Amino acid sequence: MHVLSVRDLRKRYVLGESAVQALDGIDLTLERGEFVAIMGPSGSGKSTFMQIAGMLDTPTSGEYLFEGADVSSLNADARAAIRSRRLGFVFQAYNLLPRTTALDNVELPMVYAGVPDAQRRQTALEKMTLVGVDRLADHHPNQMSGGQQQRVAIARALVNDPALILADEPTGALDTKTSADVMRILARLNEEQGSTIMLVTHEPDIAAYAGRIVTFRDGRIVADVRNDRRAA
Amino acid sequence: MTLRATLRLALAALVRNKARSLLTMLGIVIGVAAVIVTVAIGAGARISVQSSIDSLGSNLIVVQPGSVTTSGARSGFGGASTLTPADGMAIASLPGVASVSPVVTVRTQVVAGGNNWQTTVSGVAPTYTFVRLQSVASGRFFSQNEVASSAKVAVLGQTVVDQLFPNGGSPLGSTIIVKGAPFSVIGVMTPLGQSAMGQDQDDTVLIPYTSAMERLTGETTVNSLLVSAASSDDVDLAQQEITQLLEQRHRIVPPQGDDFQVRNLQSIAQAASQTSAVMEFLLAGVAAVSLLVGGIGIMNIMMVSVTERTREIGLRMAVGAPGRTILHQFLTESIVLATIGGFIGVAIGLAGTALVALLARWPTAVPFQWVVASVVFAALVGIFFGYAPARKAASLHPIEALRFE
Ligand SMILES: Nc1ncnc2c1ncn2[C@@H]1O[C@H](COP(=O)(O)OP(=O)(O)O)[C@@H](O)[C@H]1O
Ligand SMILES: [Mg+2]
Repeated sequence: MHVLSVRDLRKRYVLGESAVQALDGIDLTLERGEFVAIMGPSGSGKSTFMQIAGMLDTPTSGEYLFEGADVSSLNADARAAIRSRRLGFVFQAYNLLPRTTALDNVELPMVYAGVPDAQRRQTALEKMTLVGVDRLADHHPNQMSGGQQQRVAIARALVNDPALILADEPTGALDTKTSADVMRILARLNEEQGSTIMLVTHEPDIAAYAGRIVTFRDGRIVADVRNDRRAA
Repeated sequence: MTLRATLRLALAALVRNKARSLLTMLGIVIGVAAVIVTVAIGAGARISVQSSIDSLGSNLIVVQPGSVTTSGARSGFGGASTLTPADGMAIASLPGVASVSPVVTVRTQVVAGGNNWQTTVSGVAPTYTFVRLQSVASGRFFSQNEVASSAKVAVLGQTVVDQLFPNGGSPLGSTIIVKGAPFSVIGVMTPLGQSAMGQDQDDTVLIPYTSAMERLTGETTVNSLLVSAASSDDVDLAQQEITQLLEQRHRIVPPQGDDFQVRNLQSIAQAASQTSAVMEFLLAGVAAVSLLVGGIGIMNIMMVSVTERTREIGLRMAVGAPGRTILHQFLTESIVLATIGGFIGVAIGLAGTALVALLARWPTAVPFQWVVASVVFAALVGIFFGYAPARKAASLHPIEALRFE
């Protein structure tokens, strides 16, 4: 089954007099277990697409099937419910809660998904071990490096066993070496855990870790190629 | 999301920002403490007025001379000299009256051995102990015979004993000199303590009223008549009987005004406690306003807090918190803050009350219902003023919130 399938997806931002066609007819299908990198120049609609795919926003028109169900016109609460159970987010700015331990940060999505306490703790520690930050459980974000924070954020994205992990420029704030560490973790999750990942980047080195590279320009897809020589 | 989970989220957020949390609840703390202290002072005053009036006896009726007009200038009540012991005896025979004691007071120096003391010497009848609900601690009170013979005997209040006999021996059998006349001490009254007006009721010397009139004032009139009604239900009736009787005896015909005044302590007590109840409400009202100001403080800081935590809110929404849950979390935060502030306010208010009682020697009482009411009110303030910030948080758009710098 497709994890994600969009047909003629459009998004138009209207700001007073002017309007921007951020997405101008996107057709894309993502199979379970795929690792896709989205590339393209700044302003080409990559983030807009990620937000709609992540159900943080709704398209102006077009069809969006998520795990086979039409989600293009769900209300905010219904979208929140899907986000909490089926989606994982990794942000460029990590977005960990300040003055909160890594463990509590990783548990957060499970709080809203209604997972019981004990199980929350266990799952959080499991995922932290998976990305190698289990020994940082008691640390606060300001006691961690950028790479460590991003790995904690990845653990947070994993806790609800999401159907799709969305990462908008997850290495944008990291140096080259740390970026490679983070990408290796994502690639390993994809290969070993079968996680479906969609990631935005404008660095070819980063995109090289993905098995498929989709290129956006002016709100359209201009290239969609397999990457058989994945970096490792 | 369950109430417990929401509460834990709110508590975690509050603990994460301890300094701001304390600052936010400060207004509520001060408001509630102010309510508690003012109410405690007001209620204390009311209760002490009530209890000292109760100690005088709710049957007590006081008859005083009225005002007197001398060439157009009216004196206050008590200015006229119109009440006589005979009026007292006539009143004593009324059906609604249990007993009567004339009171003749003179403020003068009394001397015993090497000590002297300025005090109030009151000439009264043996019925005085009954009317005032006061008993003799040691020795005895004077008798009707001693009144009839204007005997030079005295019963002392405890304060006078302390001042004139500082060495602690029994004053019974000793002689005190009042205005040059020797009186032998035959008894000591049980202490009464302070009156509602703050007077020391034990700073007194009681002697037969006949002796006081003959030896101290040289007049045939008395300062007042203390009357005890037959029962506390008949106080109004007795008051009417006394008024009629004295109007007859003093030959007062309308439109002439009475040359005396009859007051009963029950109505004075009621008026006093009503006045202080009104005061109590006014004070509490003022304090409640400060609570509202505290509520506005909560709203301000919560608003700032929502803005500061915009990214946090965006993140919570992104990982699946519906707007409703965000609303509940922030609302719970302000309710919890306000309620904790309320409890701290109660604690500080109680401490402040204890301090007032200790330092100002002011009687205080903290009515429990006010404690409950002020904590509940604080919580309501939290709901009311927390709603707008919570609403603002819940209506944020997750994408914009996440992008917020
Ligand atoms: N909230 C918004 N309001 C108005 N215009 C927007 C908004 N978000 C994005 N845009 C516009 O939509 C276009 C696509 O933006 P975006 O999806 O962020 O591109 P990318 O992530 O590829 O750089 C840009 O022209 C941008 O200015
Ligand atoms: Mg972007």
